[in-house]
Amino acid sequence: MTSAVSGNLNTVPPVAERIDSVRSDFPALAQEINGKPVVYLDSAASSQQPASVIDTVAEYQRHDHANVHRGVHTLSHRATEAYEGARDSLVRFINAASRSEIVFTSGTTGAINLVAQSWCRPRLREGDRILITHLEHHSNIVPWQIVCEQTGAELVVCPINLRGEVEPETLLGLMDSRVRMVAVAHVSNALGTILPLEKIIAEAHARNIPVLVDGAQAVPHMQVDVQSLDCDFFAFSGHKMFGPTGIGVLYGKESRLDAMPPWQGGGDMILEVRFDGTTYNELPYKFEAGTPNISGAVGLGAATEYLLALGMDRVARHEAELLKYLVEKLVAIDGIRLIGTAEHKASVQSFMLDEIHPHDLGTILDHQGVAIRTGHHCAMPVMDFFEIAGTARASLALYNNRQDIDRLADALIMAKEVFA
Amino acid sequence: MSIGMSIRTSHETDELRDLYRELILDHAKKPRHFGKLDAATHMAEGINPLCGDKLRMYFSVDADDRISDARFEGSGCAISVASASLLTETVIGLDTARALQFFSAMVRRLAGRPDLDSDADVIEDIDLGKLRALEGVKEFPSRVKCATLAWHALNSALRRDAQQVSTE
Repeated sequence: MTSAVSGNLNTVPPVAERIDSVRSDFPALAQEINGKPVVYLDSAASSQQPASVIDTVAEYQRHDHANVHRGVHTLSHRATEAYEGARDSLVRFINAASRSEIVFTSGTTGAINLVAQSWCRPRLREGDRILITHLEHHSNIVPWQIVCEQTGAELVVCPINLRGEVEPETLLGLMDSRVRMVAVAHVSNALGTILPLEKIIAEAHARNIPVLVDGAQAVPHMQVDVQSLDCDFFAFSGHKMFGPTGIGVLYGKESRLDAMPPWQGGGDMILEVRFDGTTYNELPYKFEAGTPNISGAVGLGAATEYLLALGMDRVARHEAELLKYLVEKLVAIDGIRLIGTAEHKASVQSFMLDEIHPHDLGTILDHQGVAIRTGHHCAMPVMDFFEIAGTARASLALYNNRQDIDRLADALIMAKEVFA
Repeated sequence: MSIGMSIRTSHETDELRDLYRELILDHAKKPRHFGKLDAATHMAEGINPLCGDKLRMYFSVDADDRISDARFEGSGCAISVASASLLTETVIGLDTARALQFFSAMVRRLAGRPDLDSDADVIEDIDLGKLRALEGVKEFPSRVKCATLAWHALNSALRRDAQQVSTE
């Protein structure tokens, strides 16, 4: 596959033309569910893994495992090389300035909590503010609520419009002198909205406010360049970008990370420990206390290399076409109500069908082999905004194709028949 | 719709038809005893965090320990709403001990929880009648909680051991 995509972009067929080969990289997609070939439309919850990730992790476990940064023996050296090699891949993937800026965490949630506790908590005073938006995932709400409770700061929520968009003017209107952090999603997991980050970050920086981006839903869909974005922090998870669970990344500008105390103490984050004081390790190890999730990082490294070889621009083009097709097919079904109709969207679409409860829809679709997410998508405030208990959500990834969407549409028509 | 499609769907939807029987859909679309019961003596809320189902069950129990009225409000999927609706039809007129036997019988039947059989013999005798329409969930393990939510709330309300129950 590498040879097919490593050449000049213009000479390589677009992903859509060779989507069958991309799809065949993912063993989980080759099975039947309830007697029908699986149609996996729940990648926003967790994506499937290509064989290269599964095999790389297995090879690591079979041949190279030991603890990292510790032993002089060969296995420890191999494990360290694999672990740090994954960090190097991630530097290239998001264009970080250096490997010091890539901190391995347990996931997006762990990364955001780290910033809330290590950057914000020592700095926040009563009356200070954290600014988020109404479309955030619970992971980008609750860590800020906790630090606000700890410090007496206030959580301010920027409203969204009926299309599910954050209007920059509204957000800027809330960026007053009391705001100490702006924390926003890059892409909404429930609505698919892509936020206007360039403007948000530029305006926040003009007011000396750092910006954290919850990038969990962006990295599987589009090219992310943290230096071009100029965000201060960018958090994302391995399992939403075709890697393993339990591993994620906090990117932080080196100047920011340097100014933060360690959050958790333990092994690997120290240079020297004495009972009268401990010298902390350098970046990024300062934030990686305890034996890390080495195999998870190795798997994430393999997923990163997979995406680098494929080219995120190409993935984005493929998904943009698919999203257009998905929306066309959905609105052609009588009784569909789309939730989240932003002008700029990633390939995530929430919807309702007639009066059918999303949970019933999920069961009927699953019976047809079609996996979608139903419910509040860990974004209950979004559901409250649209005055619904939950939605059905189809989320696409690079391995989906038009046939998947046709199968979804057929299954939705069947649901209408069952409930007719 | 083409004939081919109709044949395919009628063949493939048998299990689904068993889950979404006409009686279930009827109760889901037109729930009986829906609304608040101001004179309630017992109340409990059932929540299914997985899908956001939230049912508030009201019961009015008279001096003879008989359930004189039952109502419910809230929102949920077809299965949970139909189950709550059928529950109210079932328990009105029963004494509370008998209603709790229905709870045990339903949970046992749908979720296979023999540990709840404190009165196994009595429960064996219970004729579930139209509640059997809910048995289709047995083929859909992720939906059993939907079908038992209202019954857990009934149990909780009558035993007064909690005001809110969760399926988790």
